[in-house]
Amino acid sequence: MSCKLSQDLMDAYLDGEVDLVRSLEIEQHVKECSACAHAYERRRSFVTAIKTAPLAYQAPDGLAQDVREAIRRAAGAETISETKPDRVRSWNWNSWLYGIGCAGALALVFLTTIPHLYGPSVDDRLGQEVVSAHVRSLMANHLTDVQTSNQHVVKPWFNGKLDFSPTVRDFSDRGFPLAGGRMDYLNNRSAAAIVYYRGAHPINLFIWPSKPGETQKEKIFTRQGYHLIRWSEGGMTYWAISDVNAQELKDFVELIGKA
Amino acid sequence: MPHLDAAYTLARWMTRNPEDAHDIVQEAYIRAFRFFENYRGGSAKAWLLTIVRNTGYTWLRQNRAHDVDSVFDDEAFEVPERTPGPEARLVQSANQELIHKAMERIPLEFREIIILRDLEGFSYKEIVDVTGLPMGTVMSRLSRARSRLQKEVMERAGKEIEREL
Repeated sequence: MSCKLSQDLMDAYLDGEVDLVRSLEIEQHVKECSACAHAYERRRSFVTAIKTAPLAYQAPDGLAQDVREAIRRAAGAETISETKPDRVRSWNWNSWLYGIGCAGALALVFLTTIPHLYGPSVDDRLGQEVVSAHVRSLMANHLTDVQTSNQHVVKPWFNGKLDFSPTVRDFSDRGFPLAGGRMDYLNNRSAAAIVYYRGAHPINLFIWPSKPGETQKEKIFTRQGYHLIRWSEGGMTYWAISDVNAQELKDFVELIGKA
Repeated sequence: MPHLDAAYTLARWMTRNPEDAHDIVQEAYIRAFRFFENYRGGSAKAWLLTIVRNTGYTWLRQNRAHDVDSVFDDEAFEVPERTPGPEARLVQSANQELIHKAMERIPLEFREIIILRDLEGFSYKEIVDVTGLPMGTVMSRLSRARSRLQKEVMERAGKEIEREL
């Protein structure tokens, strides 16, 4: 190995970003070349010095608050625009309808089957919406509209805000204390978000009415590091999401199911 | 608020100004919030710092174009290798305040890559993802950034020795 090459690879080597063969070549060269050995030693201690130098800044007081408020303003503007039908989706839907009109009954059978086979599944789409809603609730620090562990306060809070009445129970005695409730918007409709905690980890439980007669067994997903469980029973669709481990989320869902 | 200190630190080193960093971080978090659908897993910190960096560059182009225009051809810029003298030994004793001051004097492209690697501890691959630079450029730019910083530290150390004599 030449001195030029050994110098060119010096930083990558010190950062552990050089493959094994090259590393061995460099080590051999440095043993034989005192100039390069010296350069490596000097750079190694300098990089250590950079790494321990006070280069990090702390975000100033008030920045977190400003960011939160700015996001909340942006979220407010977005909630309004989200209640309008999604332009892309409605265009697709119109073209489906157009197809039905033209091709008749055969097409109808065809089209109601095809999207289930090829389109993104309902679980995929809803799963993504649920993850986004969960993360937004954490980012905007807007986990709860009504913040209390009292189920008799949370449940009535939804009255008049939703066209259904979600079940709200506190499970403090089972390690899942109720933290409050929030209005959210999922699957193109208003949904209840009931917030629980498992230690320091928030759990969002989203509830909205199912299609008539729909019952679905529990299904677990993992997306972007979050676990999600969805099920439908008693006329309601439920999605639970959290960064707790999968077993703890299953335990939580079991409690909800029994309630 | 996740990764706020890291976001602020990057913006602060990009602009070298607390108020500008404040504005950039605020704008970047709104963008992160709006474009959350584009997040495809992986390191959330790297994703967020990518947005901070892009927001920072947009801001700098609008307000301080000469900072961004200072991008130069990596390969054409050679840092002369110096023979180690008493200054080098002073560098090894790692005067960390000196490093902070020297950081203020090196170009933007060098400051950001040192923050990403030596402060945040990102891998070269992650730096490629955040900056959109080719791997070879990340390697050579980081190497040049450290050489330049080292030179800057030695010069300042030299001046301080002279002052003491």
